Amino acid sequence: MTITRREFIRAMALKSAAVAAATMFPGISFAGWNPTDLPADSIVWSKTPCRFCGTGCGLLVGVSGQRAVAVKGDPNCSVNKGLCCIKGYHSIQILYGKDRFTTAYVRKNGKMVPTPIEEALDIVAEQMKASIEKNGKDSVSIYGSGQWSIPDGYAASKFFKGCIGTNNVEANARLCMASAVTGCLTSFGLDEPMGCYEDIDNADVFITWGNNMAEMHPVLFSRMLANRKSKTDVRIIDLTTRSTRSSLAADKSILFKPQSDLAIANAICYEIVKNNWVNQDFVANHVSFHKGKTNIGYGTEDHFAFSDKAETVDFEAFKIFLADYTPEAAEKISGVSAEDIKYLAALYGDPDKRVTSFWTMGMNQHTRGTWINNLVYNIHLLTGKISTPGNSPFSLTGQPSACGTVREVGTLTHKLPHGVVMNEENRKMAAKIWGVPETNIDPKPTYHTVEMFRALDRGDINFMWIQVTNPMVTMPNLKRYREGAQKDGRFIVVSEIYPTPTSDVADVILPSALWVEREGFFGNSERRTQHNDQLVPKPGEAMCNTWQLIQVARRMGFEKQFPWKEETYIEDIWNEYIKFHDSPKHRMASYKVLKERSGVQWPFVDGKETRWRYNGKYDPACKDDTWDFYGKPDHRAWVWLRPYEPAAESPDTEYPFWLNTGRVLEHWHTGSMTRRIPILHKAVPESYVEINPEDAKILGVVTGSKVKISSRRGAIVMKASINGRGNPPEGMVFVPFFDESYLINEVTLDAFCPISKQPDYKKCAVKLEKV
Amino acid sequence: MGTNKGKTMPIFSFLAYPEKNMKDQLIRDLSHMDYCEVKASENQDVLILLTDTPDEETNKDLIAAIKEIKSLQSLSMTFGHTDL
Repeated sequence: MTITRREFIRAMALKSAAVAAATMFPGISFAGWNPTDLPADSIVWSKTPCRFCGTGCGLLVGVSGQRAVAVKGDPNCSVNKGLCCIKGYHSIQILYGKDRFTTAYVRKNGKMVPTPIEEALDIVAEQMKASIEKNGKDSVSIYGSGQWSIPDGYAASKFFKGCIGTNNVEANARLCMASAVTGCLTSFGLDEPMGCYEDIDNADVFITWGNNMAEMHPVLFSRMLANRKSKTDVRIIDLTTRSTRSSLAADKSILFKPQSDLAIANAICYEIVKNNWVNQDFVANHVSFHKGKTNIGYGTEDHFAFSDKAETVDFEAFKIFLADYTPEAAEKISGVSAEDIKYLAALYGDPDKRVTSFWTMGMNQHTRGTWINNLVYNIHLLTGKISTPGNSPFSLTGQPSACGTVREVGTLTHKLPHGVVMNEENRKMAAKIWGVPETNIDPKPTYHTVEMFRALDRGDINFMWIQVTNPMVTMPNLKRYREGAQKDGRFIVVSEIYPTPTSDVADVILPSALWVEREGFFGNSERRTQHNDQLVPKPGEAMCNTWQLIQVARRMGFEKQFPWKEETYIEDIWNEYIKFHDSPKHRMASYKVLKERSGVQWPFVDGKETRWRYNGKYDPACKDDTWDFYGKPDHRAWVWLRPYEPAAESPDTEYPFWLNTGRVLEHWHTGSMTRRIPILHKAVPESYVEINPEDAKILGVVTGSKVKISSRRGAIVMKASINGRGNPPEGMVFVPFFDESYLINEVTLDAFCPISKQPDYKKCAVKLEKV
Repeated sequence: MGTNKGKTMPIFSFLAYPEKNMKDQLIRDLSHMDYCEVKASENQDVLILLTDTPDEETNKDLIAAIKEIKSLQSLSMTFGHTDL
């Protein structure tokens, strides 16, 4: 059966009216007509998680014939309840850009030549073998992504760590949430948030720490606004270094100087202790106190090494430590008035208010990222406001499967799907499940992301396979790493969907199947795993990233470890992977359940999802019905004594401005997908530099004027934006990084948190010149 | 399609609300009009009205005629498309 274009439009018109009617009259029915019934071959709706951010909105993608033609929010998905943001609504257009890679390319005599994919896969395997034979197993590496589907990351980890025996496995999530991981691990012993999005519906106060949720997590921001509208006394406080759309919607916006969130958090704790707002029972029974090393460096030099050492202290020592952080002292560091710091402390300290703290890159891309994560946990732990509905310290994730694929599968140098490579029991478990000798898994981590690209530059790594990410736009201090990737003797494989600055440096480009062109799973910020079926055909010779890895692994002799059939390999991988998490602390839903539902939260025990971890009322892994922080040997959450320390590089007379970088609502990361969606591209066609109006006046620039931004690493020229969407304070500029025509990361600094190894993209010193 | 080349062919959908106790009458009134298709709710006092006209002029006349119907209390447009 076929329908004409006009019949299709009529059906859409009727359906639009039916949706409007259903919104106004829940339960409405129409005799003899079901508005969701359409001719069987006209449009078929199927669930999938959104391709973009870490919120994990459920979408319904409408497919007509073999083409995705429409998107709507999935009303069955508790994350977004049918709502989407502008990127989600336009997401299917990423499948149909005119310049999709549909064939492989291989560099021959300096030129990229279209090549049959089987031949390209042969070359990849040969190059890997040759590099290993000549330079050892640690000369090959893979750099993946928080946008990897879970089976991609799992296959990469098994192949590289289990089969080849190198821990050269990293992912771009190192650049976006590594500090959240180390924050969780140091405070609770286990990764990922204890709360869930239902906290948004239950909280009385929201304090956002350096994040612009209105643009970066718009659906969750809307949910927050809906809560405020439905109640009489819900407040949103925006703690920020730059005024944003979130600031406009907040009840109060408080500007602080970059890096000084450390002092503010400690001052809030000082006030909580001073005013006897400490939840004494909670602290006595569920918290212990610790201090670590200080003056820990910034990692700007090659081979930088640091390991922290915890020393147990007591509450009295904590009080003495806090004496340096009176609100008045913190005001001098942060620029936030003592009065506002006391106000924040009073909100956290009020026993009758449920408080949720949100953060993303502002706290994570921070040279003391682990510390500031610890310090916000400290506030919630002192007040006992944790793991109950509405009381939640909550690190929001940036990418759709940074949690699912990177944090849970463990696609970082030190990690395994369960535990870490340093732990013998964890290695034994991995070897058994993977069917490899225990000795295959190296007990020593190798390189974190920045150091991995430094190793590529130095020549310690010769071969790098990059999947689903665009490091030649996103690496800080980019010039060094781009030049390093292009040096003689390096071999770069890039699995991609569109041409990017990263595919420009490739020796082999493998065309990837994208999102609903293949089956997969994502894991979102609230421990929710979401499955999608393949809904549309792959274009040309495009191949699923997981299958690419399997094909190369087999060519290198690992058929036994990768035995699966093309029809069932995603299900087979899932069934193998969940063996790593088969305990009440992390049990995951079966393939069948995930196929049926619009996402399932882990731990999934006896058919029940866990909304709040570490609280026995909700979490089956707890020993009784009270809090049990079972990730730590003492079953207590750890309060850390972490001081304020300055940024790696601060403005001075030569470079007098802070440079802050980030994203905009319309574009996803480096824009390689969203800039190919016409409506999003037209909305924000190019990047710009936001300048405070007073600074602009002194420079003599107006919106549209060209400005040169220079640092000790590099310079770019771009247009100014004054009083635009965001407004930095005097002495700061902000640049979105989505536009590959303006590589702002040639200007940024590759300093990182010594514990998490996550770079700080929010703070370095620059100067401005009118061009 | 050939006879309509160059003309717009509007399709609209509306929620149509009847005057009190006049839902059945409104169904009859709209169903008897050319270019109209009606889907009546069986459990709410609301109808879905689809108009599919060959050109802008016919559409304009149709909307004017619909607005004259006594059993109609109000119309809310939910979809509009002018096809070529």
